[in-house]
Amino acid sequence: MNWILHLLAAIGRNVLAMLATIGRVAIFASDTVSHLFRPPFYAREFGHALIQIGWLSLPVVGMTALFTGGALALQIYAGGSRFNAETVVPSIVAIGLTRELGPVLGGLMVAARVASSIAAEIGTMKVTEQIDALTTLSTNPMKYLTLPRVLAATLAVPVLVGVGDVIGIMGGFLVGVGRLDFGAATYLHNTIDFLEAWDIASGLIKGAAFGFIVALMGCYYGMHSGRGAQGVGRATKAAVVAASVLILASNYLLTELFFSA
Amino acid sequence: MIELKNVHKAFGANRVLQGVDLTIETGTSMVIIGGSGTGKSVALKCVLGLIQPDSGEITLDGKDVTKGDRDAFLARFGMLFQGGALFDSLPVWQNVAFRLLRGSLKRPKDEAREIAIEKLRRVGLTPEQADKFPAELSGGMQKRVGLARAIAAEPEIIFFDEPTTGLDPIMSGVINDLIREIVVEMGATAMTITHDMTSVRAIADNVAMLHDGVIQWTGPVAQMDASGDPYLDQFIHGRAEGPIEAVR
Repeated sequence: MNWILHLLAAIGRNVLAMLATIGRVAIFASDTVSHLFRPPFYAREFGHALIQIGWLSLPVVGMTALFTGGALALQIYAGGSRFNAETVVPSIVAIGLTRELGPVLGGLMVAARVASSIAAEIGTMKVTEQIDALTTLSTNPMKYLTLPRVLAATLAVPVLVGVGDVIGIMGGFLVGVGRLDFGAATYLHNTIDFLEAWDIASGLIKGAAFGFIVALMGCYYGMHSGRGAQGVGRATKAAVVAASVLILASNYLLTELFFSA
Repeated sequence: MIELKNVHKAFGANRVLQGVDLTIETGTSMVIIGGSGTGKSVALKCVLGLIQPDSGEITLDGKDVTKGDRDAFLARFGMLFQGGALFDSLPVWQNVAFRLLRGSLKRPKDEAREIAIEKLRRVGLTPEQADKFPAELSGGMQKRVGLARAIAAEPEIIFFDEPTTGLDPIMSGVINDLIREIVVEMGATAMTITHDMTSVRAIADNVAMLHDGVIQWTGPVAQMDASGDPYLDQFIHGRAEGPIEAVR
């Protein structure tokens, strides 16, 4: 009987700890957003974050999209040929990429690259007292470190997703034309004719949400980093794991929302 | 005048400050000594509002430090952190002029740079160091940059957190002399925490010893050697035997 109580207590402790973390993250997020409407705004930090998060993530997101588009074309062809429906390859590649794989894989790649670097940078700043130094220099760390990164990611990731969509469709096109004997003009017509504006827009909205999540997790875990190298390591790992899980969970919720609409 | 009255602070079961009472008169240099982990940094951070005390009162010129305009309050302070706490991503001069490049004390960039170079010169660094990044400097130089940053906006109150830790004896002497000169020259109120007794004698007007979460002894530095307090005597003479238990 005792072990059941211990088990229930352990589950209870973990659930309470998880709820407390959700509460702290929610407060952190609302605090971050509230700084958007209160001056000063650090434009230089924002510009720097845009380059770091947006521009420098372009190669990894582009490569991911290119190979995913190519593989997707092969898989859909393999599946479609069972129903003599090979012609759906271009439109399904485009719809699959813009609505789902582009934002999700792009978001996950940005999570791996950006959430980790933000958490490690801010975590190191915390353990070397640079965050305290900012405060003593009359600079709010939330305004100077968190808001520029979160805003930059929220704006940059949809652009990355958009560019990734184009590159991914191009990957599908290259495989479709080069490997599956589609005519170039037919492939492009099939892609454009069946693709709707909402397919693209819903993916971009997801991208914005994933960008917000990635930077928020990086900043949150960096700001709450433990002491020393081990503390920063833990914060970095936690940021990537939390960002990835939240991306996948929010992807389902957003898809459900868009599906019902 | 900075006053701490019955300040308590605990981290979980670890009761670090257990009723600290301390007064630092305007324009004087107070040095807080005590063993590692006795809460010296916590007391200092409580004054700055970086850590919230659990109870007690901290006032600056009679006003509660937790109330009023926080920016205006912090603008009166400069702080030298133990490890320098320089911003890795900014060149040295922008570290020094950080406060002058943004916020209420913002100046034109050229003017801020000039002030930064002047402050760097004041701490013995050449203008050539201004465009380097902190990682390119030695530990002693980083400490000097931290000192230049602390005095850049000419604050009324300067805090020094273990200013000589990790430095060789000669560099420690240089930093001690600089701190003393700057504090006297600027007429600033200074609060230093250290366990380096050479620093204490070089910097302090008054000394306070923190032990077991309370101020064990406080008085002018000249009276320190003849205090008759067994805790202070053991600490300043570095004896293993005495009322302070050393972990072996």
